[in-house]
This record gives sequence, structure tokens and C-alpha cells, in this order.
Amino acid sequence: MLGKLSLSAIPFDVPILVGTFLGVVVIGLAVLGAVTYFGKWGYLWREWLTTVDHKRLAVMYIILAIVMLFRGFADAIMMRTQLALAYAGNPGYLPPHHYDQVFSAHGTIMIFFMAMAFMTGLLNLVVPLQIGARDVAFPFLNSLSFYMTLVGALLINISLFIGEFAQCGWLVYPPLSEMQFSPGVGVDYYIWAVQISGVGTLLTGVNFFTTIVKMRAPGMGWMQMPVFTWTAFCTTVLIMASFPVLTVTLALLSLDRYLGMHFFTNDAGGNVMLYLSMIWTWGHPEVYILVIPAFGVFSEVTSTFSRKPLFGYNTMVYATCSIMVLSFVVWVHHFFTMGAGANVNTFFGIMTMVIAVPTGVKIFNWLFTMYKGRVEFTAPMYWTIGFMITFSIGGMTGVMMAMPAADWILHNSLFLIAHFHNVIIGGVYFGYIAGMGFWFPKAFGFKLNEAWGKRAFWCWFVGFYLAFVPLYVLGLEGMTRRMNHYDNPDWRPWLLIAEAGAIVIALGIVCQLTQLYVSIRDRNLPENLDLTGDPWGGRTLEWSISSPPPAYNFAVIPDIHGLDTFHTEKQLGRRAHNKPLAPIHMPKNTAAGAIIGAFSFILGFGAVWYIWWMAGLGLIGIAVTMIMRSANRDVDYYVPVSEIEHNEEVYSRRIAAAQAAE
Amino acid sequence: MAQAHTTHDGSHGSYQSYIIGFVLAVVLTVASFAAVMTHALAPGMALAALGVLAVVQIVVHLVFFLHLNTSNEQSWNLMCFIFAAASVIIIVGGTLFIMHDTAINMMSR
Amino acid sequence: MAHEATMSPLAHADDHGHDHHHETPNVFGFWLYLMTDCILFGSIFAAFAVLRNQFAGGPSGKELFDLTNVGIETAILLFSSITYGFASLSALAKNKTMVLVWLAITFVLGLSFVGLEVSEFSHMIAEGNGPDRSAFLSAFFTLVGTHGLHVTCGLIWMAVLMVQMMGPQDLSQRMMDKLTCLSLFWHFLDIVWICVFSFVYLAGVM
Repeated sequence: MLGKLSLSAIPFDVPILVGTFLGVVVIGLAVLGAVTYFGKWGYLWREWLTTVDHKRLAVMYIILAIVMLFRGFADAIMMRTQLALAYAGNPGYLPPHHYDQVFSAHGTIMIFFMAMAFMTGLLNLVVPLQIGARDVAFPFLNSLSFYMTLVGALLINISLFIGEFAQCGWLVYPPLSEMQFSPGVGVDYYIWAVQISGVGTLLTGVNFFTTIVKMRAPGMGWMQMPVFTWTAFCTTVLIMASFPVLTVTLALLSLDRYLGMHFFTNDAGGNVMLYLSMIWTWGHPEVYILVIPAFGVFSEVTSTFSRKPLFGYNTMVYATCSIMVLSFVVWVHHFFTMGAGANVNTFFGIMTMVIAVPTGVKIFNWLFTMYKGRVEFTAPMYWTIGFMITFSIGGMTGVMMAMPAADWILHNSLFLIAHFHNVIIGGVYFGYIAGMGFWFPKAFGFKLNEAWGKRAFWCWFVGFYLAFVPLYVLGLEGMTRRMNHYDNPDWRPWLLIAEAGAIVIALGIVCQLTQLYVSIRDRNLPENLDLTGDPWGGRTLEWSISSPPPAYNFAVIPDIHGLDTFHTEKQLGRRAHNKPLAPIHMPKNTAAGAIIGAFSFILGFGAVWYIWWMAGLGLIGIAVTMIMRSANRDVDYYVPVSEIEHNEEVYSRRIAAAQAAE
Repeated sequence: MAQAHTTHDGSHGSYQSYIIGFVLAVVLTVASFAAVMTHALAPGMALAALGVLAVVQIVVHLVFFLHLNTSNEQSWNLMCFIFAAASVIIIVGGTLFIMHDTAINMMSR
Repeated sequence: MAHEATMSPLAHADDHGHDHHHETPNVFGFWLYLMTDCILFGSIFAAFAVLRNQFAGGPSGKELFDLTNVGIETAILLFSSITYGFASLSALAKNKTMVLVWLAITFVLGLSFVGLEVSEFSHMIAEGNGPDRSAFLSAFFTLVGTHGLHVTCGLIWMAVLMVQMMGPQDLSQRMMDKLTCLSLFWHFLDIVWICVFSFVYLAGVM
């Protein structure tokens, strides 16, 4: 009846987990209680949980990403603390079984549920606004994608309290992840969480690609598209090209585990190395899926705050596209040591080094954009400059490891760990935080606090170098990744410095939370309010409408005459659109996404625990909901002209108020 | 208004084009089966013939059944298909290249 | 999983009016999904190609495959393609009865294809040559089974559309979009099958 699930699956004997569980329960009850106390359930359900509005989905994605950042960071600091303690006679406080779950969960959560969710959130918030669209091409699928991501995140976090998580790293390499060596449910949690969220990501890719191709405002040709939209476009192409490979790879692994097949087993002709090749066919494009939108953010931030058009728009576009293509032919550099011959390793080594060329072009473009500009040093600009320094260092260590001979020494050492944190924190995370600061006023109508933002930046920046430069040294000294305990006295001081770095990063996160709190508290101060919808003197279309924008974004779809049309028009005097207003066709909110998400959760949880009736129920529920949704013809409505007129009038009054205040 | 387009519209096909496509597909399929079942060709040649016939038949299906063409309206569909096909070639070709080379180098197969 | 993009396009829907011959974002989005499906099958083909000779002492394709059966399956799929094509043409001519008739014929053909495949699989499993016998058989069952699963999903979708068409949806623009999407799906599965019979069955018995 309950498959493998029994009371013994709940880890009462691990005090850390019991404590965490109590913490989660207390916070959860507090949040639920607050919602109930203020009577906000109806509002939450009607306006947020069932929404198909891309701006609201964006906010929910980013909240999910921030929550997952806490979880992932808690794992990180636990690992650093373990290694600061576990020297010589001291076993540390995390036994290997628990420690292995911690590092596996850290990687999985940070990539799939922090970075991917954050990236999707930014895409949702910005892309339709930048291209002058009223929503994405398939708003319902957008809501479904969000719930798929959410369900994946829920499954992975439930593994903390019911059962266990995978103990074989964030990419669950076989044969360790096969039934023979991992008979528990940890790998199954991994598989189902990643598969379900992967479906969501794939749908997001299809959705945004269609949106960008088919729904640009009239006159916006390809070379008139804002750079962030270009990067979003390249990312969606990579998502569509690579996520099916991930789906297949994990499906084959689960067939091995559930049906006793022999794709990656040691016996009966299975081939472990096939898994490596397949998972990295997805895995390498994945890191570019994450970082390319960050490049887009930096481009927007740099040109806006340097008060100059982006230097070399065309080369930026070409560089982005060539990175997109090249990222598909470099995957072997993740396993040069697997045993392939010189031909394979040379080819993929050279292709990897070639990627440094377009990336270098981008760095120079940003530098030249700042050159002789009137650079305004806001918090997003701080993150951008921090990125340029940090990412360049990370890129160079990457080129070092692109040499197969060097990689044979550095593979799986802490040097590698330092390298990819260097590019993922320095590139991806800094970029997303810069983007959040940059577009926060657009989503909420008030700015984030600058002072706390800069404090957060300095903590992250300094903390990053303290935490990861020692790992480069340790890697060169021969320390491998995923170690639970060590005896080498030379390593100890470096690991203590790294622990200090992690604590400084923790302070950075505290500063970010404080920033959010202070900004929300002071939101009505005149210097924080964004009345004009254009707080930074922006260049692209999203700044041409009110903050926050109405559900339909644009009362009148703008005509585009070139790159940065909005900026040009501001120079020529603010335009008064003379097109007549017409009723706007909009999608209705729907609970179908949430319901399919709930059934996916039932499916995933049932399959993890071999509760087959439950898994079947989930599957049938998904199918029935989809069929019912497809039969529903009451999916849209028209916004009447009177409502649009009213919104426009309020907006003009706010602009007038802002001008009077100046 | 739809009437005028039912038989002549290129992007939706017609009875005639479906039947042409069907006949071509049948011929190509039979040729594939014959190449193997008659043992007329050496295995290497037969495999090459299978590959060529499959590619031709895929093109026939794309043109006559999926109505893919070079018209303006279909340009994005065509471009996406070419990109997807290139991705498949990279994935299949790359995987075989890597795994074959590894097998030789490690003397594992 | 989600085969349907049910929301109509927003920003430019008004500009385009309701011209039946203009491709909507729905169909384009579905085409993109098919491209991702294409890559999905490509990955499984890659795995099959790597594992094709790993018999682990078990039977090879030569001993297992019955080409007559494969030939019948291929013929069924080809016929179902053209019958679906006729359904599409009837839909363009707004002849609902004929659409239903052709769809029903396609459905029966598809169902018999799935039936043949299930009997082939159960036969192999009964003889002890199931997917857990060797890496080659794992890859064979997964590849052919994934195609079969897609056909099954297509059949369910077809049944749903037929029921909806008999109801109030009629041959609206939205229904035409759905019929076009399913048509792309159905013909796409044919293309996958070309690769399956060429590189799995025929190449396997050489």
C-alpha cells in the first residue's frame, strides 16, 4: 500500500535534520498563519497562484530562487564547516552518509532550482516588456512551467525529511547511482525532481522562443532587438536543443533502476561512460543557458549606467550566437580523463579554447561601453564591475583546464571547484543580482536600497575571493573534491580561510535580506518611488510604461524604428501616442497549472517510493486535467477601453507629479 | 473563402500530393527492405543504401506530409528543423566518435 | 508532456484576423516541441548505436527480428499517414463527417500498429529476451517502446479531438489548429519510424 515508505524513513536520529524540520515547520506555520490572519487566501489564489501574467510568474520564480539560495547556501556552509573541523583526529560533525547528501543537494539545488529559477524569472519579467508584447505566446504553459519547477524544488526538499537524498554528486554518475550501489530512494528523488522541473524548463524554452520570434512589436527587426532579449533567445535555443538529452539520460538511468535494464550497469554490456557523454551533452550547454542571460543583464546595465549606447551591438550579438553554437561541441572537456584518445581530447580541447574568443569580445565591449561614459556607480553597476574582474579570472582558469594535459592533473580537484564557482558566482549570480536590482522598480514600483545593496556586493565580492582562491591552491596541492576528512596539515590553513570566506558570504546574504526589508519599509519615500516608470533613464521599451505595468503591459503596441527607439524618442521629446485605444484581448487566470503541478507531485512522490497506485493517480490526474483544459473555451477576455483610459490617466498624473517634484 | 484553397494551397497539400508522397514512400520502403532481404548487396553497401534511402524518404515525408517548404511563411519552421537536424547529427555523431575512440583506446570492446 | 498550447496568440491576434491559412503561434510552438522531440529521439538513437552490439551472450537482432512483422507495421503506419492527410483535407473543406470517418480509420490503423508492437514485445519477453537481458535489448525496447508510447499518446489525443469535434467545438479555428498539430505529430512519428525500421530492424539483421 505504501511501497517502500515506512516510519523508519523519517530521520528522527539526525539532530540537524530534526532541528531543520522544526525550523521549517515554525516558519511555514508563521507564513500560513499570517496569510490566514490577514485574510489573504482568496487574494493569493486569485491574483497570484492562478495567474498567467508573466510579470507575476517572474516574481514567484525569483522568490523560489531566493528560498532555494538559502537552502543551497546552508548546504555550502555546512560543507565548509565540516572541512574546517575534520582534520586528523577530528571526524567533524557530518558523517559521510550525510555529508555526501549535502554536497549532492548543494549542486542540484543551486543549478536547477536557484540559478534556473532565477534565470527563468528574469526572462519572464523582461522579455515580453522589451519586445513590446502583452504576454508570452502561451501564458497557460508559462504558469505550468512554473509549477513544474516548484514541484521539483518541493520534491528535493522533502527528501530532507522523508527518506534521503542522492549521495553520488549533483549529476549522479553511475555505476554509483545504480540500484546495486544506491538501493535507497535518494537517486529516485533526484531523478523525479530534475525530470519534472526539466519538463517545465523545456516548455519555457518553447514558449519564449515562440514569443521572441512571433510577437515582437511592429518594426522591431532582429538587429533592433535589445541585447537582453537576444541573450534570452540564444538561451531558449540552447534549452530546446539540450534539455531533451537530459530527459533521455535520466530516463535511461531510471529504466536501469526501476526495470533492471542495462544501459549504464557494470554487467550485461552496459556502458558507464555513455552516461558521462550523454549527461554532459546537456550539461555543457546548461552552463551557457545560465550565463548567457547574465551577459544580457550586464549589457543593459552597463549601457544604461554609462549613459551610452552599448559599444559594438553587432559584435555582441554575433559573439552571443557563436557562444551558443560552440557550447554544443565542447562537452568532452568535462571528462578528458575518461579514457578517450588524443583525437577526441584534442578536438574538444581546441573547441573549448575557441569559446574564450567571443567571450573576450564581450568583455571588451563592456569595457569600451564604460570608456568615456558618465558611469553612475549604482549597486547593479558594482555587481557588473565585480563580474568583469571575477569572470575574467574564472575564464582564464577555464582555458587552463581546457588543455587536456593540464586537466589530467586538475580533474576533480578543488581547482575545478574553484573554477566553476568563479564563473557561476562571478558570472551567473552577480549577473542575476544586478538584474534584480535593475528591474526591481519595474516589477514593484520602488527602488531597492542602494547602501545595503553595495554592502551586500562587498561582502559577496570579498567573501568569494576568501572562499575560493584557497580552493585553487588546495587543488594544485592535490586535494580532491567531495572529501569528508583529511590528514594533510598543509591544507588546513587554506580550508580555515575558505570557511572565513563562506562566513563573509553569509554576511552578504544577510545584507541582501536587510536590503529587501529596508526597501519595502521605505518604499513610499519620494526618492525610492518610481513614478515615471523610467527610474534609471533606460533605453529599452520596458521603461516606456508605468511601474508596475498594467496586466496588458502596453495600452498601445509601440512602433519601433531602430535600436533603442524609446531612448531616441526621449531625446526628441516624449511621444504622445495618437493611436486610438482598442479593447485588449487577454488570457484569463487558470488553476489548471497548479492542478497539473499537484498531480505531478503525486506522480513523483509515488514513483520515488514505489507507491504505484499513487503514481498512477498522478499520471491520470495530469492527463484528465489537460484534456479538460483543452475543452475549456472560456479562456480569454477583453480589457474594456474605459479601464485602459483610466490606467493611462493615473499614469500621466504620476508622471506629472514626478515632474513637479523635480 | 476556404473553398478556393482546399485543393491548390501548397502549404496544406492536396489529394494528389498525398498520393504522390505515399507512392514514393512505398517505393523507398520496399527498396530498403529489398536491399537487406535479398542479400544482393554486401553488408557495408547495404548499410550505406539504407542510410541514403532513409534520408530520401525523410525528405519525401517532410515535403509531402509535413508540407515543409521554402516559402516565406515556413521559413522559421524550416530553419528550426535544420537546426534540430544539425543538433541530432552533433549528438549522434559526437557520441559515436567519443565512445568509439574511447573503446579503441581502452581496448574495452 | 503538454502537447497542446491551448492559449490563443495575444498581441497580434487582432491584426491577423481569423485568416484560416495563416499559421498561428500555436502551430509554430508545437512545431518547436516536435523539434525537441526530434532531439529526444536522436539521443535515444545515439544510445542504441553505442550499445547495438552488446548482446552479453543473449540473442542478437538477427535471431530476434521478424521482418515480415516489421513490414506489416511499416505498411500500417504509411497507410495511417495518408488517411490522416485525407482527414486534414476534409477539415479544410469543412466536411466534418468525412474528417471523423478518416480520423476513425487512422485511429484503427494506429491501434493495430500498437497492438502488433505489444504482441512482438510480449513474445520476446515471454521467451526470456526482455529488456533486462542485455544492453542491446535495453536499448531496443527503450527506442522502439518510446516510439510506441508516442503513437499511443497520439491515439489518445485523436480520440479526444474526435469527441470534442462531435461536441460544440466544431471546426473552429482552434480545432483546426489542434488538427494541424496532431497531423504534424502523426507524420513526425512516421519519420521516426523510418529511422527505426532502417537502423534498428533492417541494419540489425544484416
